Amino acid sequence: MAEEQAEHNRRDFVVIAASAFAGVGALATLWPLVQQMNPDRSAQALATTEVDLEPVEEGQAITIMWRGKPIFVRNRTADEVAAAKEVDLGDLPDPLSRAAFAEGEPATDANRTLAGKEKWLVMVGICTHLGCIPKGQSLSDTKGEFGGWFCPCHGSHYDTAGRIRKGPAPRNMDVPPYEFVSDTKIRIG
Amino acid sequence: MSDHASTYEPKGPVSKWFDERLPIARMMHGQFVDFPTPRNLNYMWTFGGILTFCLVVQIVTGIVLAMHYVPSGEGAFDSVQKIDRDVNYGWLLQNIHAVGAHMFFFAVFIHMFRGLYYGSYKAPREILWILGVIIFLLMMATGFMGYTLPWGQMSFWGVTVITNLFSAVPIVGDAITQWLWGGYSVTGTTLNRFFALHYLLPFVIFGVVVLHVWALHVAGQNNPTGLEVKTRSDTVPMAPYAVMKDLFALAVFVILFAWFVFFAPDYLGHADNYIEANPLATPAHIVPEWYFLPFYAILRAIPSKLGGVIAMFSAVLILAFVPWLDTSKVRSAKYRPLYKWAFWAFVFTCLALGYLGAKPAEGAYVLWARIFTFLYFAYFLLAMPLLGLYETPRPRPRSITEAVLGRQDDNTAGAPVGAVGAAAAPEKR
Repeated sequence: MAEEQAEHNRRDFVVIAASAFAGVGALATLWPLVQQMNPDRSAQALATTEVDLEPVEEGQAITIMWRGKPIFVRNRTADEVAAAKEVDLGDLPDPLSRAAFAEGEPATDANRTLAGKEKWLVMVGICTHLGCIPKGQSLSDTKGEFGGWFCPCHGSHYDTAGRIRKGPAPRNMDVPPYEFVSDTKIRIG
Repeated sequence: MSDHASTYEPKGPVSKWFDERLPIARMMHGQFVDFPTPRNLNYMWTFGGILTFCLVVQIVTGIVLAMHYVPSGEGAFDSVQKIDRDVNYGWLLQNIHAVGAHMFFFAVFIHMFRGLYYGSYKAPREILWILGVIIFLLMMATGFMGYTLPWGQMSFWGVTVITNLFSAVPIVGDAITQWLWGGYSVTGTTLNRFFALHYLLPFVIFGVVVLHVWALHVAGQNNPTGLEVKTRSDTVPMAPYAVMKDLFALAVFVILFAWFVFFAPDYLGHADNYIEANPLATPAHIVPEWYFLPFYAILRAIPSKLGGVIAMFSAVLILAFVPWLDTSKVRSAKYRPLYKWAFWAFVFTCLALGYLGAKPAEGAYVLWARIFTFLYFAYFLLAMPLLGLYETPRPRPRSITEAVLGRQDDNTAGAPVGAVGAAAAPEKR
């Protein structure tokens, strides 16, 4: 009886060990098949882009490409900056700054721009709802109810600091990592 | 139905020899020639055959188009234009494939509404119905990925919006979208993988269709009365009766199909898709293809990103639960005076959502989209469970034969009537 029992246990062990081996093997096989779809190293490479701001007049905006995404750069007028600063934080659907240099901080205008260069707003020009490019870059565009940007796809309104104010978008537009390399030149990335 | 034996008789020695080794001819004969079909099937029952035709047309034209298509961000747009202009008969094949997608969805919607009207999802056809829902989901995925391939503005921004739906998933949302894209935005890499999947999925659909037909042939077809087949006189052999009816309906369907192919190939498309994909400019007004519009309207009706995505997916997935949401024992809406109204209200709701999905998301359109989104779900979650409990069904004929030939007043007078369910209160006609 004792011997039979031992025989039984030994077989169980072999079955469990073999199943576990096959299971791990199956997962190891699956991993490259899933992983091949993720962005590869060449796509991940954090390319940097330098932009000369000299020709951008006050009130104008330009769009440039960085990592395959459009980057909005707007030279805001004094009125637009003042309007962005006046906003009560309680009125913002998304209270976080969403800026690479002010992660997790409140969404004040100061936390979305660089100190001393408040008139320059640099951000990823992609609506945080479903990825459309909001209108508002060219002077003739409709800029929405808050004078910033308006996404025509599903009606999201952004203010002059690129913060979501009304509509289905859940987050403020992202501010990428960037710095001023000279007085009129920025490097993004 | 499944127990029905094939009357196949192998004629010559070769077919006899073959039949003993692989009785496939016997099976096909039993399932598609002398298979008993209800004698009262109307033209709504011809869409199964029409849909099979659509799938075959899409696969055949798709394979030859793939011989000329270049699945890359740089080459895709030009190669599709080249197919339309240079490739021998490319204009014909490309138009058939593009129009075929519209016709496929047109036919599948009628097929689905037919099922909802005549209660084709009720026991014992739940698995049959759920397999149909799976086919519909696969069709939506295939249609969506196929639409990206011409790589025009609508293609590009359609993919951008739809793949961004997954970014609404909490925590892992961004990882999922980047995994789908193979980058940080939609690029040629995304197009390439969508092409591979667009080529694969029709064959998956074909496999599920085989299961769908198998399940159909186990339970047997439903019919306009919703009554079970009881006697041999309730049925006719599939060939020639049902086959001829199917072929006639198919011929009419193909006339409509051909009219679009030859006279209005772009009528159902968008002019914006003749502009090459540009990641820096979103078209002023993004709309999906007409067959996604009702779901798109539901997505936009909910004022929250995650909520909208959940509502949109629920709108499709709720179909899988219909066999258990509908509490009525009577299958056909023909004998359900209240459900019939709910059904037509639902059809109107779907059309209204389709109209609203094509309109910009502002003002009164948003309000109406919310009202109709509520009505869409109310059909499944309120009308279906409650009507089954409170509605008094109309008297049903005792059999399919009686429904077709009228009451045969012989020795059965006084026998119990209304054999299906007990809720009926039969009255003299």
